[in-house]
Amino acid sequence: MNKCGLRNDIPQIYEVSRVEKEGKDLFTVFLKGQFLCKPGQFVMVWLPRVDEKPMAVSYLGKDEFGFTFHTLGTFTQECSKVKKGDKIGIRGPYGNWFSQEKNSVIVGGGVGLSSVSTLIDGMKATVIHGARDKDHLLYTKRFKDMIICTDDGSAGTKGFVTLALEEVLEKKRTKKVYCCGPEIMMKKVLELCNKYHVDCEASLERYMKCGFGVCGACMIDDKVVCKEGPIFSSKELNTMKEFGEYARIKTGRKVTLQEYSAWRG
Amino acid sequence: MLSTTLCGMKLRNPTILASGILGVTKESAAKVGRMGAGAVTLKSLCHEERKGNPNPTMFGRKGQFLNAVGLPGQGIDNAIDDFKKLNDLDVPVIGSIFGYTIEQFGEVAKKMASLKPAMIEVDISCPHMEYSKPFYADEDSIEKITKMVKKNSGKIPVSIKLSPNVHNIADLARAAEKAGADCITAINTASAMKINIETGKPILANRIGGLSGPALRPIAVRCVYEIYEKVKIPIIGTGGVTTGEDAIEMIMAGAAAVGVGTAFYYNGLEAMKKITSEMEAWMKKHKVKTLSEIRGKAHE
Ligand SMILES: Cc1cc2nc3c(=O)[nH]c(=O)nc-3n(C[C@H](O)[C@H](O)[C@H](O)COP(=O)(O)O)c2cc1C
Repeated sequence: MNKCGLRNDIPQIYEVSRVEKEGKDLFTVFLKGQFLCKPGQFVMVWLPRVDEKPMAVSYLGKDEFGFTFHTLGTFTQECSKVKKGDKIGIRGPYGNWFSQEKNSVIVGGGVGLSSVSTLIDGMKATVIHGARDKDHLLYTKRFKDMIICTDDGSAGTKGFVTLALEEVLEKKRTKKVYCCGPEIMMKKVLELCNKYHVDCEASLERYMKCGFGVCGACMIDDKVVCKEGPIFSSKELNTMKEFGEYARIKTGRKVTLQEYSAWRG
Repeated sequence: MLSTTLCGMKLRNPTILASGILGVTKESAAKVGRMGAGAVTLKSLCHEERKGNPNPTMFGRKGQFLNAVGLPGQGIDNAIDDFKKLNDLDVPVIGSIFGYTIEQFGEVAKKMASLKPAMIEVDISCPHMEYSKPFYADEDSIEKITKMVKKNSGKIPVSIKLSPNVHNIADLARAAEKAGADCITAINTASAMKINIETGKPILANRIGGLSGPALRPIAVRCVYEIYEKVKIPIIGTGGVTTGEDAIEMIMAGAAAVGVGTAFYYNGLEAMKKITSEMEAWMKKHKVKTLSEIRGKAHE
């Protein structure tokens, strides 16, 4: 167990307790032990001899915790192959966390739902989950009341999460919208929130190395995503020039978000 | 009280952001300036775009920090498009460069100079890179690189950044001075390693990396002290400075200014303000009015 409020910046070794298939190409690795962190925070996951990457903590239990991923690259593929008893390094927790206000709506697009999942665990809120199709939906048993949207209509309503969100914002007085998902989706969510004068908090993703605000790889405008984020409020998002437009690849070169997404897979 | 000049650069205080910490983008350099740095050094750039090493590339703990980032960078050509110029921020910007060959040092220097930085720093001293091995411990190579960079930098002052992984750092600094260097930055990180004993694996993907932070400071102080004895050009004393007292010590060893990197790991964006306010408090208490009163004091 990590000590409450203390962050470890050198990998601590945890044993894998189980690996669950959550959907098509979607897995959760569970680790033995208790881990303390707040909803929206992330850890750096080290697979010795493979790589180390930031992952949202998606399950927080008494004697285990987990992280969920889509197998897109080498690292996530290797993560999906770990076995019970394997040793994995974890450092963190890193970043800020969601504010957890009542009367809120939580939006999770694709595997982005994993970044808001412990937020959903801890509060009553309307949850909207979007995915490309029925096979890519996450946590349908864990969160039974989610409003589901799919791109192809194979489950829930056909269309983007913003359609469902607008319906909710029309009907229900909403204090906050929390979201995580593809950045284009989050940009649309922010625009809707602006239209309905509702505050929004979005969890951003940028290429990271250190996780603790030193290397400068994950800058968006003049913000250090790993340390000043990953969660930013409407106020901050509305002034960002790079949000929804540009990101930096591993070399530090600035590219369009489309190019960045293609590189990330 | 803290203002000083370094190779013609007017600094409101002697703290300089060290290369490789936050300075990947112009926005982050500007931010560190707003947070109180006297000057900022950008992440080192070379003639080509580089991915650097796989992760883990760094980790920290009390007193020690290890990294083997592997000099990722967008390359000087992309940087020219990205930065446009470097003399339009409120803080002086130092451009850090390297190359794999002596000619490439010249090529990158010329391009960096076109961005008009306040100074060009030459990184020949990254401890875990193949390119720097033939250079960093060799007086002859240091002379050639210095001459090459000077020839291509016009009037912009040039600082040569040295490695502590040598037995003759003062002679190397002297070689740079003889070849026309305007300044010495000392030191880069010390070659180091950490093994995770649960898995039996080195933590850094590159296995070997560089040590920075408080554990490096006594080595840095010794290097600055030795260099000060042998050269007349100013020294940017770098290595493990996190407090005002640390900075005062570095200046007493002979540093004209103080490089600060890993302190951002320990103290976040407040790192520079903490150092400068503690320096001021110390100077007031000891009735020291300017830094020149204590510079090199340890040599008296
Ligand atoms: C993460 C990291 C990256 C670094 N990258 C560079 C670099 O690109 N070029 C360079 O000349 N020095 C680089 N350094 C070395 C620092 O500039 C500095 O010389 C060294 O860390 C000692 O100072 P400190 O203890 O204040 O960090 C890097 C250091 C760290 C910790």
